[in-house]
Amino acid sequence: MSSLETFRAETRAWLKENVPASMREPVRSDTDINWGGRRADYAKNPDQKWYMDAMAERGWTVPDWPTEYGGGGLSPAETKILREEMRRIKARNPLNSFGISMLGPALLKYGTEAQKLKHLPKIARGEIRWCQGYSEPNAGSDLAGLATSAEDRGDHFLVNGQKVWTSYADKADWIFCLVRTDRTSKQGGISFLLFDMESEGVSTRPILLISGYSPFCETFFDNVKVPKENLVGELNKGWDVAKYLLGHEREMISGMGLQSSGGNPLVDGAIAMVGLDESGRLADPLLRAQIALFEVRAKAFSAMSERFIDELKAGKAHPAQPSMMKYYGTELNKTRHELMMAAGGSDALEWDSMQSNGGAAARAWLRTKGNSIEGGTSEIQLNIIAKRILELPSQ
Amino acid sequence: MPLYLNDEQTMLADTARDFVAQHAPVKHLRSLRDTSDPTGFSRDLWKQFAEMGFTGILIPEGDGGLGLGHIEAGVVLEEIGRNLSPSPFLATSVAAVAALNHSAQRDRWFFGIVSGETVAAIAVDEKAKHGTGIAMRAERSGNGFRLTGTKQFVAHGHVADLILVAARTAGSAEDEQGITLFAVPKDAANLSADPRRLADSSLAAHLTFDGVEVDADAVIGEVDQGSLPLKALLAAGRTGASAEMLGVGGGAADMTVAYLKERKQFGAHIGSFQALQHRAAHVYAEMEVARAAVLKAQQLLDAGSDEAETAVSVAKATTALATTLSVQEGVQMHGGIGMTDEYDIGFYMKRARVLAELFGDANYHADQLARAAGY
Repeated sequence: MSSLETFRAETRAWLKENVPASMREPVRSDTDINWGGRRADYAKNPDQKWYMDAMAERGWTVPDWPTEYGGGGLSPAETKILREEMRRIKARNPLNSFGISMLGPALLKYGTEAQKLKHLPKIARGEIRWCQGYSEPNAGSDLAGLATSAEDRGDHFLVNGQKVWTSYADKADWIFCLVRTDRTSKQGGISFLLFDMESEGVSTRPILLISGYSPFCETFFDNVKVPKENLVGELNKGWDVAKYLLGHEREMISGMGLQSSGGNPLVDGAIAMVGLDESGRLADPLLRAQIALFEVRAKAFSAMSERFIDELKAGKAHPAQPSMMKYYGTELNKTRHELMMAAGGSDALEWDSMQSNGGAAARAWLRTKGNSIEGGTSEIQLNIIAKRILELPSQ
Repeated sequence: MPLYLNDEQTMLADTARDFVAQHAPVKHLRSLRDTSDPTGFSRDLWKQFAEMGFTGILIPEGDGGLGLGHIEAGVVLEEIGRNLSPSPFLATSVAAVAALNHSAQRDRWFFGIVSGETVAAIAVDEKAKHGTGIAMRAERSGNGFRLTGTKQFVAHGHVADLILVAARTAGSAEDEQGITLFAVPKDAANLSADPRRLADSSLAAHLTFDGVEVDADAVIGEVDQGSLPLKALLAAGRTGASAEMLGVGGGAADMTVAYLKERKQFGAHIGSFQALQHRAAHVYAEMEVARAAVLKAQQLLDAGSDEAETAVSVAKATTALATTLSVQEGVQMHGGIGMTDEYDIGFYMKRARVLAELFGDANYHADQLARAAGY
């Protein structure tokens, strides 16, 4: 047996033994997801904590990070095997976190050794939950137009300003934040700072969305003192860090176009609602055709995701390819939820009933409409593809 | 296996790209069309394909071929697509070889295919829309069989040396069992071919089998068990057609992007207009996803995976949709010049439509997917 086959066999055996049954159930709502952090509440499901700790013990919350920072030190091939084996038994992610998907990769590339040792292991163990302070009220898609300022006050920066669309700012422990340290240069005057959300002068206000949820916040900074050691990368060179991190964010969001582990809610839901006719086909032929053509695209995108990850790991992916993945994945996800609503009919519209599982389908449908806005709108992604991949001229 | 071309495959792609672009660019197709060439492709070019080793790409080394897989065949097909090169490669070296590969027929036909002497045609469809329903009959007669019925959309069917024919030896039209696949030589008596010129200037024949007698050894595989080699043939043909479409759609997209960078209006390059940039970027995204779907299907076919059939349908449907978009957007973004015969982009549109139809269109394959998934 090759060493990879041995690894697969051992991984399969360990997962079988250690993934609790409740962690193999599909995620039903946002509140089902474990985000970790100082304020995490595991009273509702202690399995979440147990499972996260067991995985973190092996470094498997961040399998491809180096072991000295709490990772599993796995090779790309081993990481892929671990993910396949988890998918096989429909295991949930032990921990969801912007620390894992966004800050971690940026710190690994741009952080000092001290910053890596201080922050990465806490991310890996789910001890600190991070949020991202990028967007500002007057910047929108023009991200580099941000105004939040950080003044040099000798031993610290003094931060003042406002962020918006800060996902889970009210639940996060720390923030990674873009601030203006030089007003004379747009992209060349931005720095990348980390600080504790419990610092004096930080306040948050949730924003209620059309889905009835409020995962986003307005975040205010009023004379927040941030130690100089919390600057990541060089002063005024934060845009490089930000762009690198955005690539990872887009990669993460593009994953929404993929089917969730196990089953197929769209097809299963349509069969349950509409039924099959005597020849075994969905009783609504037009809905069936729409779903079938959608599934073709979803499966093709799944192959694209596999290709993208493989190319990324081999250093063969175009640096702007995450824009394509983000664009395609989020548009696909919107279509999926539109079809789920169509299949559900009036039942799927009920907002708070048992029948609709608390309006889960409608809320998820409404939430997906933001996919093509957050993390750079679809139009911004198309601009990036046109300019950086197709090299079309600027006006 | 990672989902990108390895170094050897990339080298083969470079070789194929240079070769096809040099020997069979779009003007080769134009000249065949303008002279109303009765064959529809160049036998000389087919010989050159043989000299390059391409003709035997899927044929085992022991039989004189290169012993490579569907990924490598696809690499060649993509360049054929990019240059709109009329060629019997897909029918002969991909679809026919896939069916013959595990049969006793290989000794009879592989040498000719490898050497570029033999051209094969695939006779499956009996109606204007592809389907696996086979009504054509093959009745036992003496030592062999007697074939009666009609086939259509048979590319190169009027000049092929070998015609692979799916016929029914038992059961009724829609049954999967009871099909037998035959290798019929072109000089068989009572076989007539009526070549039709298609929209893309290629020739596809309507074949009439009016009691065509073949020997028992014309059977590929087993009598009544033809659905096995037929499935192999169709999987290879569909995947190959998908790879060729990648070339057609990619070639059209490249032409269009080049045009956007060169054409000026309102005092600026039209490629600087956001409306056109977004259309071009959308085409790019669709083509990239299609490319991944094709590579996935090729890998699974080469690995003999159970998941190959679904992946092949996904590849065929996705490339049909993406390539259709690419050629349509290509004509649109070229403006009026895109509608002229003189300009090449319209040729891409015509070829894309033919390949989209070949071996089942996007709707057919979406339907296959739905059936397999039980809805």
